[in-house]
Amino acid sequence: MRNLKEDALKASDKKAALGPDIDLGSYHSDMVPHNYIEDLTSLSETDKKRMIISGVDANERERCGTFVQKDTTVIHSRSKQEGLEIIPIKKALEECDWIHEYYWKLASVDADKYTARAELDLHNGYVIRALPGSKTIYPVQACLYIEKDGLSQHVHNIIIAEEGSELHMITGCATSPHAKRGLHVGISEFYVKKNAKLSFTMIHNWAEEMAVRPRSVGRVEEGGLFLNNYICMRPVKSLQMYPTTHLVGKGATARFYSLLVGSPGSEMDVGGRVFLKAEETRAEIISRAITNSGNIVARGDLIGEVNGVKAHLECKGLILNGGSIHAIPELTGKADGVEMSHEAAVGKIAQEEILYLMSRGLSEDEATSTIVRGFLSVDIPGLPLQLKAEIDRAVEASDKDVL
Amino acid sequence: MLLIEDLKVELAGKEILKHIDLEIPQGETHILFGPNGSGKTSLLMTIMGYPQYKVTHGKIVFKGQDITNLPVNERARLGIGMSYQRPPTIHGVKTSQMVKICAGKGREVDVETLAGKVNFTDFLGRDINDGFSGGEIKRSELLQLMAQDPTLLLFDEPESGVDLENMSLIGTTIGQLLQRDFQIDPVKSQKEKIKERKRMGLIITHTGFILDYITADKGQLLFKGEMTCSSNPREIFRCISEVGYEECVKCAI
Repeated sequence: MRNLKEDALKASDKKAALGPDIDLGSYHSDMVPHNYIEDLTSLSETDKKRMIISGVDANERERCGTFVQKDTTVIHSRSKQEGLEIIPIKKALEECDWIHEYYWKLASVDADKYTARAELDLHNGYVIRALPGSKTIYPVQACLYIEKDGLSQHVHNIIIAEEGSELHMITGCATSPHAKRGLHVGISEFYVKKNAKLSFTMIHNWAEEMAVRPRSVGRVEEGGLFLNNYICMRPVKSLQMYPTTHLVGKGATARFYSLLVGSPGSEMDVGGRVFLKAEETRAEIISRAITNSGNIVARGDLIGEVNGVKAHLECKGLILNGGSIHAIPELTGKADGVEMSHEAAVGKIAQEEILYLMSRGLSEDEATSTIVRGFLSVDIPGLPLQLKAEIDRAVEASDKDVL
Repeated sequence: MLLIEDLKVELAGKEILKHIDLEIPQGETHILFGPNGSGKTSLLMTIMGYPQYKVTHGKIVFKGQDITNLPVNERARLGIGMSYQRPPTIHGVKTSQMVKICAGKGREVDVETLAGKVNFTDFLGRDINDGFSGGEIKRSELLQLMAQDPTLLLFDEPESGVDLENMSLIGTTIGQLLQRDFQIDPVKSQKEKIKERKRMGLIITHTGFILDYITADKGQLLFKGEMTCSSNPREIFRCISEVGYEECVKCAI
């Protein structure tokens, strides 16, 4: 433990490799107390509304557990299913010995000042663990909510899918209408064990003056599947993340999907990196970016280290109304017999497609909206229907803003 | 009725249609002949209202309304529909969704049943036109037209890239769309049924195969941007097949 603190201290001013530097001193990070609530429906209507657009339902319909953190404080944490543990991370660090086998074991505490900050001034976060062989029927939902204006929120999350388990998660991050400016630092470590399946869908709904610095690393063992979906379609001032996954066991698979919409004033630098370190591992990174005067950097990096791995990267961008999209797909093959490919395209909506739809009776706006929705509708195999519906809803909701 | 008067059209600054007069009365189907590059597709695209085809002279009147300057979607709403030769792929837009779009708001169509008629149910879940073969494109276009239910149907080479087996299905379907299929009717005589035809058609063909499946009232020959002949479609087709376009248009010069 002392080591972590020391390493973090040394890195407390270390600028990140990517993204604009953020002055941590310009935010406050004191604890903001909130009462624990047993019944989520007692949340204010405003909060409920903000949460639902991020896929977090206060009525817990078709959810098997919920974790909600408001500002710095956990206000709800409960599992409704046997074999599923939901524990605030501070509690886990105090009470569960096993957590130390996971805490900061994938992400580096001294990667940059944001990881350092999450160690030195941890507010809370969740540990969600599916016990061996357990299968969740419905998704678990987690919400990291910022209400206090000017707050720098520091969370650390650990998600563990034990051997043979199946876990589906939806995480919504959102700000209340009162919070205009803030910083969210979120560390996430994903452990997908042998033959386990983890799907993790994250929907972000930030505010125009929010800076967001997630730091995620995952590890997938033999026969495991890690499905990671990221959706950010609302304005954000600065978002930078480059989640990394290590496929370490035979036949492990990672699939990353991201849907981004860059609004005016938004700077997004989002990517995914997968190391294919074991035989027969597979990886796929698919991103769709639309800009409407925002600036988006869409990265993707696949590193094939052993013979016989297969990986594909697909990066498509649509410039609707000014702004920029910079697609940076990267492939590195380090062994004979790797099969890796990428496909990148940045452009505008083809006039031919608009006219085709207009000749079937749609107005120009309807045609454009149909094409944009189509562009954002990516088939994600293996995703439960409830989560598919949440993604569709997010796309639907953003539709009006984009056009 | 579709009426085109002394139409001149430019594409990218170049005059591609020099002088077009055309009249398709209600219930009639005309066949449009012409060598490659004569302007057949351009004429269809101009009738449909594609903005890159600039009308510099003359007018297009449909159902008594001057539509020369109407946008594409308003022409579609008035009842003009087109079967394209090479329609674009739209990723993420499923064929079934496209059929519903064609049916329009507030009109319910049974997508599965319609698709069954052109043997296309297996494609409903696929992105529209994505990787479709020649024959699949035609069936998809017909399916969309069935849902759209226009009164003037424009067909751009409905038989191109279609194998023999599908040709019969496509030909018969076009016949039905244009109300040109014959069935025994206990109440009405065939003559009455022909008289009741509302649908109009304009069909581009190179091979003439379509004439084996449907009857047509007139053939039109387009040559170097001008209508050069209007006559019995089979006669024009025969003339072109036996003596070629150059010889066939001589009578117009």
